[in-house]
Amino acid sequence: MQHAPTADVQHAPTIDAGHETSTGIDNRKLLMWLFLASECLFFGGLIGTYLLYRNSGVAPPCPQDCVFDGVMYQGLFDIPFTSISTFVLLMSSVSMVLALAAIQRNDRRGLGIWLLATALLGVTFLAGQAFEFTAFYNEGLTLNANLFGTTFFVLTGFHGAHVSVGVLMLVSMYIVSQRNGWTKEHSLNVELLGLYWHFVDIVWIVIFTLVYLIQT
Amino acid sequence: MTGAVIEQRTPTIGEALRRIRQEAATYNGVWSWLATVDHKRIGLMYGATAFVFFLIGGVEALIIRLQLARPESSFVDADAYNRLFTMHGTTMIFLVIMPLAVAFFNLLVPLMIGARDVAFPRLNAFSYWLFLSGGLLMTASFFTGNPGGSIFDGKLGAPDGGWFGYAPLTLNQFSAGTGIDYWAFGLLILGIASMAGGFNFVVTIINMRAPGMTMFKMPLFVWMTLVTSFLIIFAMPVITVALFQLLFDRLFGGVFFSVAAGGTPLLWQHMFWLFGHPEVYILILPAMGIVSEILPTFSRKPLFGYPFIVFSGIAIAFMSWGVWAHHMYTTGLGTTANAAFGISTILIAVPTGIKIFNWLGTMWGGSIRINTPMLFALGFIAMFTIGGLTGMLHSMVPSDFQQQDTYFVVAHLHQVLIGGALFGLFGGIYYWFPKFSGKLLNEKWGQLHFWTMFIGFNVTFQPMMILGLLGMPRRISSYSDGMGWGLWNMMATAGAFLIAFSIVVFMVNVVISLRSKEKAGADPWDGRTLEWAIPSPPPAYNFAEIPQVKALDDFWHTKYVESETGVPVPVVAGGAYGDDHDSGEGLGIHLPSPSILPLIAALGPAIMAAGFIYYDNPWLLPLIPVGVVITLVGVFGWALEPATE
Repeated sequence: MQHAPTADVQHAPTIDAGHETSTGIDNRKLLMWLFLASECLFFGGLIGTYLLYRNSGVAPPCPQDCVFDGVMYQGLFDIPFTSISTFVLLMSSVSMVLALAAIQRNDRRGLGIWLLATALLGVTFLAGQAFEFTAFYNEGLTLNANLFGTTFFVLTGFHGAHVSVGVLMLVSMYIVSQRNGWTKEHSLNVELLGLYWHFVDIVWIVIFTLVYLIQT
Repeated sequence: MTGAVIEQRTPTIGEALRRIRQEAATYNGVWSWLATVDHKRIGLMYGATAFVFFLIGGVEALIIRLQLARPESSFVDADAYNRLFTMHGTTMIFLVIMPLAVAFFNLLVPLMIGARDVAFPRLNAFSYWLFLSGGLLMTASFFTGNPGGSIFDGKLGAPDGGWFGYAPLTLNQFSAGTGIDYWAFGLLILGIASMAGGFNFVVTIINMRAPGMTMFKMPLFVWMTLVTSFLIIFAMPVITVALFQLLFDRLFGGVFFSVAAGGTPLLWQHMFWLFGHPEVYILILPAMGIVSEILPTFSRKPLFGYPFIVFSGIAIAFMSWGVWAHHMYTTGLGTTANAAFGISTILIAVPTGIKIFNWLGTMWGGSIRINTPMLFALGFIAMFTIGGLTGMLHSMVPSDFQQQDTYFVVAHLHQVLIGGALFGLFGGIYYWFPKFSGKLLNEKWGQLHFWTMFIGFNVTFQPMMILGLLGMPRRISSYSDGMGWGLWNMMATAGAFLIAFSIVVFMVNVVISLRSKEKAGADPWDGRTLEWAIPSPPPAYNFAEIPQVKALDDFWHTKYVESETGVPVPVVAGGAYGDDHDSGEGLGIHLPSPSILPLIAALGPAIMAAGFIYYDNPWLLPLIPVGVVITLVGVFGWALEPATE
């Protein structure tokens, strides 16, 4: 295990390493940007569906207080709670930046600590989401209860799945980086994971704003 | 003692993988295909697989035509008929034309830009295996998709909601059984495969060009690949969302498309066509790229108006996002929306027309050689123009109200997809076959193929135009005698069988041409682009020395200089880059190592899908975690193994 596998990609690219890329941008970085651009359309579709169906449900429960058949139903959203979990996820972007900064100055131990911190913050966010889902479920909001249930769970569920994949990659990167003795030459790997992580974070900011904060 | 035996018989997974890599690196035997990451081999596998699906989709079409040949026919029942036209459309679009185009992307893009492979060879293999598993999953529904029995009891499975799968027709209420689930999961998997390919080709084209090859020195086919790839990576996520929504409704009781819950089935139509209209250009732009390569070669002139063709391709791609609702004029969107989408649809004809005029300009004054690839290119221009003009009729809202859901629409879409896309792709097959097989396709059989297909095509689909104007609705399994549709339908059926005959001619041609002893040589057509500079078939490393590109059609300029009167004059000993290509050994070229892991990773999603389809069956439910584990093993192994050894 003298050389880390990813180093090969960087230094002996899959073509003959005779020349640099035409643009000077690393192939993998370009790939990640394209992937994230494509993901915008994916979340755009889900968020668009949520917004289209907002307030068109015909049965409780609702995100905000609502009235059906003369009965008042209390809204489900707990803004202070979700604000905290949003804050936690935002902080994970900070720790991700610190992880990249650490490996760029060749600090493998720092990289490990900040990767784990990011993963931990991600898991905390996911735990918050699990708690929120459970609370909503207990209030009668299931996937098939009404339009709100379907659109909300599918949108936030797919976001949660993205966070989970990110956590898996963070933990994997922690193990590989520590075992294979990563140096600053591997910093691109961290940068790419960082791009993904920040993207998932930004998507949450959009969801939190459009779904939770802007009440109509 | 047993311990010793076990010791002997348990090579670690790492050793097994290494052995597969060594086997595959010999370029011989099964492993060298299963574990290949060579863009040329992947391209050939795409092409061969797509052709098999083409035959399957073709048989479906022939059964449909047999059923419709006579009024009140009972060749197949209405239920089977629904499943056949659904699978015919889905197969031809997602399993034939798209992957055939991707086969050309794979075969040609690295050669045309002077690269040794694509940017991500293993991702490329992953795309192919995922495409294959998605296609197999969808096709398997024929055998398993019907709740009333299996194909062995005479009950055909398969989805029955039409290729655009409109909700609520595809919801459980109207489509019981698992056919639609197979369809949705199959399309999801195919979508991921397409997106992975799209990312790969964008990065390859932007980043892997040979020195000197600026964007505007790229062959036009490469440009069209780039534009198509961008369309793929932005259009596919939209249908991915729609398919997930459909599956949530079908499998887990979601209410995305439920009117009772306050939702609207029109959401599906918007999502589908927001993907679906860019998809139309995903199907046609590669064929336009191919034609733009064939015409200059056989006119012995550079492509006329190269930048105009490039920019009109880009314009088409942008505008294709603003025309989707022309599929939905009759859904009641309102006059304003209909007018807006009508105008945008009329406008998208402008860049398309620009292309056609530039192709005509390319031929104008050229010394034209007529042979099979050129015939298909000419057939493309003629038939696609008719297809485009019938599309114009659909863009006019009042006119479209009359044509909606009639055979006129069926005729139009086949006019662009066969007369357009497929003619272009066949032209490409004839044009580049010598490059990858080393043999030219036989010209006599080729011309027989073209003329039977061309005549068969027109005999099939022009009567459908008339049927549409006579008011025959699409997707009906039979019609009464008194409608007066019998003659035209009989003609269409006869034409369909003529097309089938032409495909047999093509297959015969491939076999006899491969058996022929005559070698094609590196540059049989006196070509203009870089792929003709290297031997046929190309060595694994493509270029012994990466070419230094100075101009558009650089290879042509190494062969010819222009005289004062503009006539090309051959250069003495021209037409070669660097040293002689046979001395490939010992060039010190590092190629990416073969890997079986993309194949393993690509198995997982289809297994997971099967688990979801049958999640109420406790015996099949475990397929979900099994699929997840297989994918994770594949992906982790892939991430951790070195790309080159």
